[in-house]
Amino acid sequence: MDTISGISWRKAVITGFMFVISILFLLPFIWMLMTSFKMETDVFTYPIQWIPQTWNTVANYKEVWFGDYPFYLYYWNSIKVSIITTMTSCLVSSLAAYGFSKVKFAASQWLFMIVLITYMIPSQAILVPQFILYRNIGLFDSHFGLIVIGSFSVLGTFMLRQFFMGIHQEFIESAKIDGAGHFRIFYSIGLPLVKPAVATYAILRFIWTWNDYQNPLIFLRSDHLYTLPLALQKFTSMSGEFYSLIMAGAVSAILPLVIVFVIGQKSVIEGIALGGVKG
Amino acid sequence: MARKRHSLQRGETLAGFLFVSPMLIGVSVLVLLPIIATIILGFADWNFVQGWDGMKWVGIENFKKLLNDPLFIKSVRNTLLFLLTVPIYMIISMLLAILIDKHVYFKSYFKVAYFMPYISMVVAVGVVWQVLFQPSYGPINEILKSIGIANPPKWIADPNFALISIMMISIWISIGFNLIIYIAGLQSIPKDLYEAAEIDGASGWTKFTRITFPLLSPTSFFLMVTGIISTFKVFDLIAVMTQGGPIGSTTMMVWYLYDTAFVNLKIGYASSIASVLFGFVMLITLFQWLAQKKWVNY
Repeated sequence: MDTISGISWRKAVITGFMFVISILFLLPFIWMLMTSFKMETDVFTYPIQWIPQTWNTVANYKEVWFGDYPFYLYYWNSIKVSIITTMTSCLVSSLAAYGFSKVKFAASQWLFMIVLITYMIPSQAILVPQFILYRNIGLFDSHFGLIVIGSFSVLGTFMLRQFFMGIHQEFIESAKIDGAGHFRIFYSIGLPLVKPAVATYAILRFIWTWNDYQNPLIFLRSDHLYTLPLALQKFTSMSGEFYSLIMAGAVSAILPLVIVFVIGQKSVIEGIALGGVKG
Repeated sequence: MARKRHSLQRGETLAGFLFVSPMLIGVSVLVLLPIIATIILGFADWNFVQGWDGMKWVGIENFKKLLNDPLFIKSVRNTLLFLLTVPIYMIISMLLAILIDKHVYFKSYFKVAYFMPYISMVVAVGVVWQVLFQPSYGPINEILKSIGIANPPKWIADPNFALISIMMISIWISIGFNLIIYIAGLQSIPKDLYEAAEIDGASGWTKFTRITFPLLSPTSFFLMVTGIISTFKVFDLIAVMTQGGPIGSTTMMVWYLYDTAFVNLKIGYASSIASVLFGFVMLITLFQWLAQKKWVNY
């Protein structure tokens, strides 16, 4: 065919075409990044300066991180909430996933059905009673409350259950004959075998929690507890026309995600594909 | 012997409950109870500031009121219009997935590039698009003016364009997810089908219409259903970019629910909106169960 030394011209042309389209997907990010390096007066000059003429990087990021509305505080909040939520959610989900797949008990089937049905319920439809509940049991306006609400993810249970089902029942049976109880089996056989799946879910849960806007919006009130999405929005409305600063804030808010994503790229994409999950 | 088996089974049941109980308790308290409460509160007239004594039972009054509430009708209409994004991003994703799966070099670069909007924080990309769409000096309109369009649309500031603008951003965000699922679907199609078709001299188009498209139908169906459900849940984009405006042109059911409950503090009325939303999602899920067998080639 039309190949020269293993390179197909057709494939090369399509690659070029797809590259142009991919730039369209990345352009808003590139614009955001470049604007965050600029002097405010250069933000809307036309033709667009893709490379800033005067760099104002240090001043912009210093203002965002340590100015009147300090991002280091919201960073800390986001890191804390996202990491603890990810850990508890992984624990609760993998316990339930093991229970629903490897322990044979009578109610298992319909209990799992109930859990599955709750997955269909739009989170917004239950916000009001959740809000009332939180007000009455003292979980409102605290990181703990936010972590609690993020820890019971049906999705995690569902995803991990698929993987636990892949473990041969013989493993479990022979461990039992050796006298191991279920907790022992879960801990020393089950978990190590599904570790890659748990890692994938952990990355996804981290990304979703980091990005979550709705729950902090409803369940947090105090400024100093804000996570990044709320902080960024507040920062945007307070900074008004200072777009270079707003973009420096936006870059700061998504940078850790981009890093997590690029490192865990393979497992994120595979996890999404396998679980068919939508955050 | 029988007694031993009995006690073994009891041990299993106990272990089973211990394993699933954290999840079950969480789900019951945080999801099941609230959904029941939502449905009950939908029949009450209650304002947050009034305290428990201020609650009045009004039967189906709230639901009747909803039918005559122009803003609610508009929010339903906008939600239904928003559904148009689903087939659009599905078609684009399918085409991109086919190209990425077989016809390009540097596959993983493309996956990451198209996936970026999906993993990014909606608040951050929302803020960026707000600035890009800025009507008088935003980059998009500057470009449009420079290529000779004298009066470019005002995008999210224009009631006629706001919803379409948000829909475009939503498509841009959703493509990554759909693309990844389509690539996974494509990889599960057996290669020998294409080889057999090639031996029969089938053209690329025939292979697409006779093999690829039909064998992707379970994937398409899955994406359609999850896409429709997620359309009913679109909230962050609206909250960040337009807050339902200008003049209600981008209000969606979920936004109206939020606005009624947490801005206007009308709990009963908001709960009846939530019940309707819940009903819509249940209907779609039921439809999925029923239609699955007829529509989809497995």
